[in-house]
Amino acid sequence: MFIDIGKPIADTTNAFIEWLIVNHGDVFESIANALLTVLILIERVLRGAPPWSVILVAGLIAYAASRKPVLSVGVMVLAWLLGSLGLWEQAMQTIAIMLVSVGIAVIIGIPLGVVTARSDTARMLLNPVLDLMQTIPSFVYLIPAAMLFGLGKVPAILATVIYATPPLIRLTDLGIRQVDHAVVEASRAFGATRWQMLRGVQIPLALPSIMQGINQTMMMALAMVVIASMIGARGIGETVLLGLQRNDPGKGLVGGIGIVILAIIFDRISQAFGRRLQAYRAVEG
Amino acid sequence: MPLIDVRNVTKIFGARPERALARLKAGAGKEAILAESGNTVGLYDVSLSIERGEIFVVMGLSGSGKSTLIRHLNRLIDPTEGEIVIDGNDILKLSIRELEAFRRQKTGMVFQRFGLFPHRTVLQNVAYGLEVRGEPRAKRHARAAEWVATVGLSGYEDQYPAQLSGGMQQRVGLARALCTDPEILLMDEAFSALDPLIRGQMQDQLIDLQSRLRKTIVFITHDLDEALRLGDRIAILKDGSLSQIGTPAEILLSPADDYVRAFVKDVNRARVLTVETVMKPPPLRLTDETLEQALAEMQRQGAEIGYVVNARGYRGVVTRDSVNAAIASRAGPTVDEIAVGAPSIAPGASLAEALPATLSSTYPLAVISRDGSLEGTLSAAQVGEILTPSKDLEAA
Ligand SMILES: Nc1ncnc2c1ncn2[C@@H]1O[C@H](COP(=O)(O)OP(=O)(O)O)[C@@H](O)[C@H]1O
Ligand SMILES: [Mg+2]
Repeated sequence: MFIDIGKPIADTTNAFIEWLIVNHGDVFESIANALLTVLILIERVLRGAPPWSVILVAGLIAYAASRKPVLSVGVMVLAWLLGSLGLWEQAMQTIAIMLVSVGIAVIIGIPLGVVTARSDTARMLLNPVLDLMQTIPSFVYLIPAAMLFGLGKVPAILATVIYATPPLIRLTDLGIRQVDHAVVEASRAFGATRWQMLRGVQIPLALPSIMQGINQTMMMALAMVVIASMIGARGIGETVLLGLQRNDPGKGLVGGIGIVILAIIFDRISQAFGRRLQAYRAVEG
Repeated sequence: MPLIDVRNVTKIFGARPERALARLKAGAGKEAILAESGNTVGLYDVSLSIERGEIFVVMGLSGSGKSTLIRHLNRLIDPTEGEIVIDGNDILKLSIRELEAFRRQKTGMVFQRFGLFPHRTVLQNVAYGLEVRGEPRAKRHARAAEWVATVGLSGYEDQYPAQLSGGMQQRVGLARALCTDPEILLMDEAFSALDPLIRGQMQDQLIDLQSRLRKTIVFITHDLDEALRLGDRIAILKDGSLSQIGTPAEILLSPADDYVRAFVKDVNRARVLTVETVMKPPPLRLTDETLEQALAEMQRQGAEIGYVVNARGYRGVVTRDSVNAAIASRAGPTVDEIAVGAPSIAPGASLAEALPATLSSTYPLAVISRDGSLEGTLSAAQVGEILTPSKDLEAA
């Protein structure tokens, strides 16, 4: 009753990966090196700086984003807790991976969101790909990624980007489509080029939605840290993983609390920033 | 040559309009086409010319195609068929770059729901057109500040649209459209969303601005009073086709069909019509004739009354009887001496303003223009006839 298509798919994929490694291995290596350079730079800054200065900067960023002293103090207390849990080094590694992943997600996600907002065809084509990216188990692409880039941080970033970019693409698309048609028309009537319209009207008015996408991307990136640690990325996920491997539930819990604290910090800062963007951007006064 | 020339423009919305167009030309109605293929007829075979410097009003009920028509003039909508020539250029032939340049240089637009940029301040909104043109920041902000002041919003430069009332928002919309000094101003129901009092103020402001700027203004409205107040000429749209184009007086006094008639039947004609649109042609005009010359002239033209207008202005009225009596009593050498002072009226006055004078005057009122010439006469009977348009109403 069944024809066997599983085996040909598997064989073809393997052959393709093999071919990539043999023929274009150097390309992947240079990509990996470039990513690593950026990542290591960020990590060095975060880990090299005295913890009090990192805590202070976190507080300042929180204040700049929210203009609320309470939030700023709360963020600093949470950051201090991370250190007190004995997770400072790991937290800095995780933040570095997350920042690089979110940065790549933004660079890829916002333009793709703009494209799908512009073209129904592009949206129709991209939608199933995004569904796939969000539902397929990470290990399925982690294995070839590890083969191409080697174990460690680079495939971790890759996995995080694949998992965390779709909501940003979707919310950018939604945000741009929701911009009041009358306002876009006004801009067109004044002779704005597509680019001027995008830069001056559509993106600024879609910013609250885009910011929500970035927030979701950050949260999903944090959710990837445990999985990422399984392919050799360091960070808080490693603590959780060690707890699991050594039958040490206490250690696992401490790592878990650390991840939650990081999530709260990034969530509150990005949400507060998004709310502040909302001011005056309401469709009608 | 007119500034804007719309020639046989038809617009059919929806996919594959060619079939619907063929059906439309074969005589199918709007509803039939919508039912058959789902295509909406926005405009059908509309032709009109708009002269430089006039306020051209397009009026019609909701859904009659007014917005569709005005959006053709800066090609926010492309026609299914027809030509649009502006200042000698067929704008349908413009490339996208040329079209953007055309919009930046030639046209400004004001929208019913204002269409302001909510994330920009008043000043940044007004400066938008110049920003799109690539003017340096200092220059565009200086110009924008002038326009903000012109529309009476000084002090609000740094507010956001959401902080302003509807009337103030539309002043921003007007300033934004004028800031690039466009030759053509497109206004789509610009005042319809405003309270009647504010709307009246905005109309006054537009009339005042226009007397200085002399733009070519295309003004859309569904309100006849507004159309009559602002329009040099009015076009009336019905279901995407033109019913009539004419001056306010032409529309009021000779409506082309029942649709137009229904529009105009509740209008207060006395307020809208001016003396010059209903006056009789100039009667016998006398200047410095002797009494005998005047009498001869009156007999020759069969006139019972003469209006004396000479270098000193409008002197009054003489009748055949008064001239005869003066000759008999050997009074003054010229008609000027015996003219009986009588009231006069300006050609631009409304009938409502003219009515008291026509009623109190024994003779038809002289209509005297500002430079002192005799333009015509107006009698109470004429005014009465215009204000009780019995035949129009019976036909409606
Ligand atoms: N983009 C569009 N797609 C389909 N139908 C439209 C579109 N724009 C307008 N129409 C239809 O065209 C007709 C004229 O609309 P419009 O020009 O907006 O009228 P008005 O401004 O006089 O109220 C209406 O029947 C309207 O539903
Ligand atoms: Mg409309």
